[in-house]
Amino acid sequence: MIGTTEILVAGAVLGAGTYAYRVAGPLLHTWFTPSLRVQALMTIAATVLLFALGVTSALMDGTHLADAARPAGVAVGAVLAWRRAPFVVVVVAAAGTAAGLRLLGL
Amino acid sequence: MRGSGLRRLREDLGAELIRDITLVCLAVGVVGVSYGAITTSEGLPVWTPTYLSIVVLAGASQFLFTALVAAGGSPFAAVLAGLLVNARHLPFGFALADTVKDHRWIGSYLMIDECVAFALAQRDPVRRRLVFFTCGASLVVCWNVGALVGALAGTAIEDTDAFGLDAALPAVLLALVLPALRDRGIRRPALLGAAIALVVTPFVPAGLAVLCSLGGLVLARPGHKEPDRPEPGRPEPDRPEPDA
Repeated sequence: MIGTTEILVAGAVLGAGTYAYRVAGPLLHTWFTPSLRVQALMTIAATVLLFALGVTSALMDGTHLADAARPAGVAVGAVLAWRRAPFVVVVVAAAGTAAGLRLLGL
Repeated sequence: MRGSGLRRLREDLGAELIRDITLVCLAVGVVGVSYGAITTSEGLPVWTPTYLSIVVLAGASQFLFTALVAAGGSPFAAVLAGLLVNARHLPFGFALADTVKDHRWIGSYLMIDECVAFALAQRDPVRRRLVFFTCGASLVVCWNVGALVGALAGTAIEDTDAFGLDAALPAVLLALVLPALRDRGIRRPALLGAAIALVVTPFVPAGLAVLCSLGGLVLARPGHKEPDRPEPGRPEPDRPEPDA
């Protein structure tokens, strides 16, 4: 099993790397302001990533398909969201559907 | 002073949005509990979840770190895998550069998926900033408290799937992103990107599939149709966020 020093160092490196990703955009922004078009493209890129993250984490568990309850729950939530249900309803319905299906043994 | 500040925040954000953020914080907090519990039950020291939550603050990469190290993987491999999973934060930083420009050091630290999604769902820059920092600060607290409680409680709550939380968090992201997808210029790259990500998921290391979704951006070439209305989260006035 991994030792204390290794956890401390690995955590610090992962933390520093993650922070570097996050701070790169804001730092570059102080030197030059990208055109509105580029800024809009970055916002779309972030939206595409978040959507892909939501879809893949809804359907996949690691590299294989998730059990049926999870995608079913997310699908209920997504339909409600598309139909402009309040956010709380969306989230509670998604969790409730998945939990309910599992309770039923699906 | 403090009370009036909080009341002001409440007035600025609106009860609806505060309720939404609170709900996500609760969900993230419970996932934090399971993260802490799983990590210590895998035999890692009890301070590990808190340490990683403070220095990394990115749930998916922290879970992966625990899983790889617990499986006997080298710390080097765990760090590389984590860095791959977190690479999506690079475009997040560019998208939110203007939002965090007055507090970029702390603002960059707070770029958590759910927080980024909440912020991007806001059209007005002032409101976006307020939502980003409020949500980010709340999530940091909830995630850390959850991780600590889980670490101390051990295996008490390990299976959050029973509560459907594994369905709740993707639903949070989709609910926040869907309004932007009513814009065709964003819907096409997003759908293409998600399809690409799904197809490659079984074949690539964790995290890379999500990055591959940016291919949808290249294929769909967004913004060509509507260069003057590029903001997502913009459209419908009766959007979830402020629909109180």
